[in-house]
Amino acid sequence: MPKPTRSRHLIQRIGFSVLTLGTILTVIPILAVVVYIIIQGMPAISWEFITGFPEDGMRAGGIWPAIVGTFYLTLGTAVFAVPLGIGAAIYLAEYAPSNRFTQLIRIAIINLAGIPSVVYGLFGLGLFVLFLQFGTSILAGSLTLSIMTLPVIISTTEEALRAVPQAFRTVSISVGATKWQTIRKIVLPEALPGILTGVILGLERAAGETAPILFTVAAFFLPQLPNSPLDATMALPYHLFVISTQVPGMPIKIQYGTALVLLVFVLGMNTIATVIRSRARARRQW
Amino acid sequence: MAKISIKNLSLEYSDGTESLQNISLEIPARAITVLFGPAGGGKSSLLRVLNRLNDLADVIRIEGEVQLDDLDVLSSQTDVIKLRRRVGMVFARPVVLPFSIQENLTYGLEIAGEKDRYALESAVETSLKKAALWDEVKQRLDDPATSLSGGQQQRLCLARVLALEPEVILLDEPTSGLDPISTAKVEESLKKLKEDYTVVLVPHSVQQAARTADIAAFMLQGKLIEVDSGDKLFTNPEKQTTQDYIEGRFG
Repeated sequence: MPKPTRSRHLIQRIGFSVLTLGTILTVIPILAVVVYIIIQGMPAISWEFITGFPEDGMRAGGIWPAIVGTFYLTLGTAVFAVPLGIGAAIYLAEYAPSNRFTQLIRIAIINLAGIPSVVYGLFGLGLFVLFLQFGTSILAGSLTLSIMTLPVIISTTEEALRAVPQAFRTVSISVGATKWQTIRKIVLPEALPGILTGVILGLERAAGETAPILFTVAAFFLPQLPNSPLDATMALPYHLFVISTQVPGMPIKIQYGTALVLLVFVLGMNTIATVIRSRARARRQW
Repeated sequence: MAKISIKNLSLEYSDGTESLQNISLEIPARAITVLFGPAGGGKSSLLRVLNRLNDLADVIRIEGEVQLDDLDVLSSQTDVIKLRRRVGMVFARPVVLPFSIQENLTYGLEIAGEKDRYALESAVETSLKKAALWDEVKQRLDDPATSLSGGQQQRLCLARVLALEPEVILLDEPTSGLDPISTAKVEESLKKLKEDYTVVLVPHSVQQAARTADIAAFMLQGKLIEVDSGDKLFTNPEKQTTQDYIEGRFG
């Protein structure tokens, strides 16, 4: 026998309330972190802080070298990880036969995403800094960050490619297109927003990581900007770590100011990804 | 002489479904040949052999011979790209590509290397006229193809095939998702098209088969039961099974 209407309505209302409460509880800490960092960090933000060099044992002055360093590292990561990751995803989604070997590759990629970032750092130190003799450099750091970012880029790209309806491929083949023409003219353009989202999310993670750059590129303090990919550089996340733990008598607003700049950097990338995705969704009609 | 000649064709998928058993069939030029029968009888499979679209499926065994004029369709030497330009296909669900109306029509020509704008434009107009869609869309060729109605989209799919100037047109239940009026329009286009093309149709009902068939082939469980002219087969079939299916006693 169905329950009386009244009681069903009550259950529904309780359900809604619990879910709403859960949502609010999730959002509160995120908002709190952002608001707290803005309140604490805003007083430090000034033109000199953004564009100046650190002074007085980093207790004053600006963080320009760290901003530039993080920018270069993100760019370097993109140069290696984006073509490699998208290429691997195209192979996996479009060409790879479904056999044990490709299953193994997929499992490896998923597990790669779960490796702690400090392990990547150590690996980068062993392979790029020491064995390949790149030294502590932007090159070594970018390569290390690339390896860490690849799983994210590969899996989101593969997912985006698979979301393109199979019927598009069949139709394209049936009018005489080759497989590669089909991928280039139809599948990739359709999947592009999804791919870009994955790329940006991956790079954003690379921009904010400390451990992988710890042994491979980051400098405690450098009085000049890097001149080549083989130079070491300061970087925002590592700089934040240094001024928060390694420098006595550090004014708190400089720490939070640095955190705020890093947050804006990363959230800015996030916003770009969101805008791309929502624009694409508005355009898509199938 | 037949346009397409199929001899002792057998086909098996890796999962064991819908195989073809020893099919022999002559498909004449400038006529509508209808392949009909209950679901799972191998009609789509047979259709997809003719443009080698079965290459995309998991076929584990294919035997026999398929000739398109002098071309050995099943040979591994055959250029499938050229074959598919000669043998176009319209699918059950209208699948328009995520482009504008115009780009849907020029897609096949452009990937084949056609760059001349005048040639592309004239192909657009000619193919839309043949598919009876020109008057409805000539003002908005740059609109997204998805803005068309279902019936218009299916006629666009037909036009997309026609733009490539094929010799053979395969249609796999092209009206299964359409209302009766749109269906009538598509059937009318087919009757005009057979003056210039070899048409092979898998209809979505026996009634449609009877309305359109010049040649009718009744397929059941991978076997070709009976082939005859449409008039003869739907009024006076030789085999009892055919008679039973046409009269709706099974299927």
